[in-house]
Amino acid sequence: MGTLVYYSSTSENTHRFVQKLGLASVRLPVDAGSEPPQVDEPFVLVVPTYGGNGGKGTVPKPVILFLNNPANRRLIRGVIAAGNTNFGAAYGAAGEIVSAKCAVPLLYRFEMLGTDEDVANVKQGLERFWTRSH
Amino acid sequence: MNMQFRPVNRVRAINWNRVQDDKDLEVWNRLTSNFWLPEKVPLSNDIPSWATLNAEEQKLTIRVFTGLTLLDTIQNGVGSIRLMADVQTPHEEAVLSNISFMEAVHARSYSSIFSTLCLTPDVDDAYRWSEENPFLQQKATLIMQQYDSGDSLKKKVASVFLESFLFYSGFYLPMYWSSRAKLTNTADLIRLIIKDESVHGYYIGYKFQREIERLSEAKRQEIKDFAFDLLLELYDNEARYTEDLYDGVGLAEDVKMFLHYNANKALMNLGYEALFPPEACKVNAAILSALSPNADENHDFFSGSGSSYVIGKAIATEDEDWDF
Repeated sequence: MGTLVYYSSTSENTHRFVQKLGLASVRLPVDAGSEPPQVDEPFVLVVPTYGGNGGKGTVPKPVILFLNNPANRRLIRGVIAAGNTNFGAAYGAAGEIVSAKCAVPLLYRFEMLGTDEDVANVKQGLERFWTRSH
Repeated sequence: MNMQFRPVNRVRAINWNRVQDDKDLEVWNRLTSNFWLPEKVPLSNDIPSWATLNAEEQKLTIRVFTGLTLLDTIQNGVGSIRLMADVQTPHEEAVLSNISFMEAVHARSYSSIFSTLCLTPDVDDAYRWSEENPFLQQKATLIMQQYDSGDSLKKKVASVFLESFLFYSGFYLPMYWSSRAKLTNTADLIRLIIKDESVHGYYIGYKFQREIERLSEAKRQEIKDFAFDLLLELYDNEARYTEDLYDGVGLAEDVKMFLHYNANKALMNLGYEALFPPEACKVNAAILSALSPNADENHDFFSGSGSSYVIGKAIATEDEDWDF
């Protein structure tokens, strides 16, 4: 079973979702000036998109810095995207971008803090995902 | 001449290079990069489409937009202004001034739609209706009571409910028309408004959460109870407003699903859990996809259903700081 790596701004929305999952996780620094962590086991990335237009700046800087390290990038297995359907085509866009760039599947999308249904889906889904693929 | 010199508080110039809360700068950048005006949307392309609506559908549409205008008018002139009294940083005040102005742009946009598509007497009728409709007036009253309360937390709760919940009985209709390939330019304009309102709800909800962090557990529970009570009171009224408007076209129950879904999102903006259960939030797929083209794609890779292992077809962006 791998781990989760996630980014959450000071709004703490994604942080709360990950807390509800109750799974092992690594939080990326909020501040883009901090050194990104290095992981040593396969992980699924949880990344929010906040009000972007799908263009530059859609993927949070700390996520880019983290993935720029080839040792981290080698271990990414999938992406979960957070967002808000009100942002149209940009809903969860950061997840799509990372999925395409790293050639890993976009596993799930949820809105804002996620509902109980989302938490249950992701928990069960990840369990199956890790047993099936690793 | 009786001039007195009182020792005054020093007046401070705002310094955007010394920001206390990074969220202020982030949201300022988001809002200013989203800036738009109704003149940029080719509304006149909707004239032939407008003519395909029957008289009742046209009346409904004008009334819905008049109701939305009323809410934007409140946010522009009262809501965002009252919130300025409680700001913690000068940058927060600047963001609120942007929000206030954009609410004026939104209110102005509906008049652009009217002048492009509608007959003046029909629009005048709708404005009269808006002053007399008890449910519309009641929702305005419920919100204004909180804006007048002088309580910084209650004002924020009311503002988030207006931005993230009360607009949606209205936003439903242009999404519905758009899903049937009608009034598509008008829908484009509404989508711009929806994006703005979403940032407003997020930001004010964020400031609310920062503020309650400093309170005791008992006080936090008190404001949470207040928020849920107000939401339910607004919801009861909103359900009746919805029936009053949409029963004639048979859409009221469908609109209510959309209301539940958005009420949950309004609560989430305040940091609270969803209230309405999933079965009450089954938003019509056509409406959801009119809102976000991505929303109807099945991204539940886990369940094995839907599009599953489709790796994104195109990369939407290239930030120059990617190394690979």
